[in-house]
Amino acid sequence: MSLGSFIKSKLVPASLDEQIDRIRKPIGSLGYDPWGYNSEVTKVGFGITRQLYEKYFRVHTEGVEKVPAEGPVLIVANHSGQLPLDGLLIGYALAAREHRPRMPRAMIERFFPTVPYLGNLLNEMGAVLGDPTNCAKMLANNEAVVVFPEGIRGSGKPYADRYQLKRFGNGFMHLAMKYNAPIVPVGVVGCEETIPAITNIKPLARMLGLPYAPVALPVVFPAKVHLNFGDPLIFDNDDIPEELVAERVERVKAAISELIDKGLHDRKRLF
Amino acid sequence: MNQPRRPQILVTGAAGALAQRVINRLKETCDLVAVDFREQVYLGDDVPTYCIDFNKRGFEDLYRRYDFDGVIHLGRIMSSQETRMRRYNANVLGSQRMLDLCHKYGISRVVILSTYHVYGAVAYNPALIDEDAPLKAVGLSMDLIDSVELENLANIYLWRFPDLNITILRPCNIVGPGVRNSISRLLASNRAPVLAGFSPMMQFIHIDDMADAIVLAYHKKQKGIFNVAPDDWVAYQHALELCGCKRMPILSIPPVVPKLILKALRLKSFPPYLMSFFKYPVIIDGRLFAQTFDFKPKRSLKEILRFYRENKRPI
Repeated sequence: MSLGSFIKSKLVPASLDEQIDRIRKPIGSLGYDPWGYNSEVTKVGFGITRQLYEKYFRVHTEGVEKVPAEGPVLIVANHSGQLPLDGLLIGYALAAREHRPRMPRAMIERFFPTVPYLGNLLNEMGAVLGDPTNCAKMLANNEAVVVFPEGIRGSGKPYADRYQLKRFGNGFMHLAMKYNAPIVPVGVVGCEETIPAITNIKPLARMLGLPYAPVALPVVFPAKVHLNFGDPLIFDNDDIPEELVAERVERVKAAISELIDKGLHDRKRLF
Repeated sequence: MNQPRRPQILVTGAAGALAQRVINRLKETCDLVAVDFREQVYLGDDVPTYCIDFNKRGFEDLYRRYDFDGVIHLGRIMSSQETRMRRYNANVLGSQRMLDLCHKYGISRVVILSTYHVYGAVAYNPALIDEDAPLKAVGLSMDLIDSVELENLANIYLWRFPDLNITILRPCNIVGPGVRNSISRLLASNRAPVLAGFSPMMQFIHIDDMADAIVLAYHKKQKGIFNVAPDDWVAYQHALELCGCKRMPILSIPPVVPKLILKALRLKSFPPYLMSFFKYPVIIDGRLFAQTFDFKPKRSLKEILRFYRENKRPI
């Protein structure tokens, strides 16, 4: 038995293997799709994520069934916690749901493809460079796409700004309108506490070519995470001026804000 | 009884494996003339071949002697061959001369083979690149300038002289028996360099499928630019593994390190200016071509990689 298959046998129980096989993806003959998704690597990745999801962050998920089972959909959430753990946990929640699971694709920072090993690994697990063309092609492919419209403004913010939504880009709304994709808002609570950062050293980040350089302990705290999925919001594809698009974005932002408040209210303790 | 006149076609790049396959497919129904500026080749008694530089005056004599209906221009010098200057002269100036002659002699069909390299491998590339995406290769390396310039030139002629019916094909990696490009050399070798931690997605098209695509494109007068790639993808390092190729990791960061190593190694199959193609993916969308020309590749990715596994050093 090779090392790879040994690790897989330890991490991926038959049920998870079956669960991922049940999710149909348009992949080529060697198990890849154009963005680099690979079902075998995803199985191992999800084996590890399951431990994080169930044991480490003890994620409490509500409303995951609100994500439509088929067709294009944008899952829009608040971004927090320096590392893209929120995307990973949302992805797992949807892939592991009992009834008609889906394997969503997360849009990641432009910085990741330049990082050796990590960039490829994220791609193999379904994450995709956050480019509007990628998102458009995926929606055209009937995929569920996880988007964080705050981008690094959200994930790189210091602990003092926790649960404050930063500016949302409008790009996701244009794509949702064009591809007739419902938007499912998600409020993530708990990820802010996983890596609390005091500040961001911008000159250091610039020097190292990183999106941000947080001053934080090199530990990921086992904060309890709450994921609240909201009702899908549907927007028509009328030719409207940018201010009205921004208004629609504000509606999504407000929905996420409400879901965050619900999560904060439901949370009994940090850990 | 009068036989209908057979179409006469000029095929360039005759010494290459691809041109020879295209010629084999067309020679039953068309009269072919093959040229190559690298070497004189023999392609049978019924196909006259010439070794001639497009920039020389004698090239026009071919147009005078034969009454060409169409030109299939496959004779692009690849970026791993010759010097920059010679490539520019042949690929850009030579092609311009050829297109001028096509216009002068009333040719009504031109198919030009380009490459997906023109899109350039940059970290921010989306997957499934469309034909209208910007050509970023020039920003990466001076060595890819002639490829992009050839495209620009063909584009100008495409719009300026619509009667030429120019079709530009941008194929993904062409591989298979007899192919001498850098990726084919890599897959055929026993050991191949990889950039540690980078395994970009790649697309491969079998040389026979590519020849079919060129013949299809030639027969249907649909001008424009088309990507040619199958709907199948594999990561570079996985492809090497399936070809039975040992991987030699090269330190990949900071970017100047692998560049220096590759410059020192001077590998023909892994030139430093193609380094970014082994780091970032350039996945093209071949659906427009497939729909327009009713094209479906027949050889699977597994079959292609198996060929390299079973035929180490087939060239």
